[in-house]
Amino acid sequence: MLDVIEPYIIGSGGGGKELLFRRGMTMTLKDILVLVDGELLTPEMDIGIECPGIFASDLMSDVLTFVNPGSVLLTGLVHSHAVRTACLTDVTAIVFVQGKRPDMKVVDEAREKNLPVISTGLSMFEACSRLAQSFPERAR
Amino acid sequence: MKEDASFQQDFLIKGGDFAGAGKVSCEIKNLLKELGLNSQVVRRVAIAAYEAEMNVIMYAREGRFDLLITPQKIRIIVEDQGPGIENVDLAMREGYSTATEEMRELGFGAGMGLPNIKKNSDRFLITSKPDHGTRLEITILTNGQRPQ
Repeated sequence: MLDVIEPYIIGSGGGGKELLFRRGMTMTLKDILVLVDGELLTPEMDIGIECPGIFASDLMSDVLTFVNPGSVLLTGLVHSHAVRTACLTDVTAIVFVQGKRPDMKVVDEAREKNLPVISTGLSMFEACSRLAQSFPERAR
Repeated sequence: MKEDASFQQDFLIKGGDFAGAGKVSCEIKNLLKELGLNSQVVRRVAIAAYEAEMNVIMYAREGRFDLLITPQKIRIIVEDQGPGIENVDLAMREGYSTATEEMRELGFGAGMGLPNIKKNSDRFLITSKPDHGTRLEITILTNGQRPQ
């Protein structure tokens, strides 16, 4: 699919940057970071990784039951349980919404588990809305 | 792993230890990954183990995980000392929960734990004696095939 240069969508993210997605391609964590106008709390980690899906919930019971492996988790729960749940379910990265920032020890635990974490000032609804508009439809 | 090889390890879990929740399950997951087991199988064991671990932490005084890995299966026996479950059929129903506010604030206690353990297991047995404790036997086959 790499030869298809047709822009999939143009979304306006933080800093007025434009995102170009190609049809048939999934989003990368970098795209998500820009779309939610977020801050990467683990700056040394690779954000070029592809994210095949998004899952949004504050309820870790639901994450454990319904999340697909590889998804990015959007949550307002800044407890270490969010990191452990993400790690155990093969989540790719966590986006903490509503301007919430986990303690350094939670970020350190995420780093140990090779899990990038982002914080965004957007509400859960706004973050989901922006991602849903830009996410390749079949990957939702 | 050779045909007759097996690995056994016990893990202790303290009731009420919310800060340590998930550590045992992460350890088990890492162990299975190192053994090179199928990633879907590893994920199912990790989820079932974590749900069981949370149940011990939330409800029991203490519990013990007895992990057995053979080339054919992964089996975890969870035995706890605690209040037990009055009505196991009810506890197995999705959405039924006796969780406290504190547990719910941590994102747990939605009444999905036991059904989710069953969903991720190839064989699941539960017995409980009120005022004594609960015993789970979780078996997941290493070939990743789910019985229909």
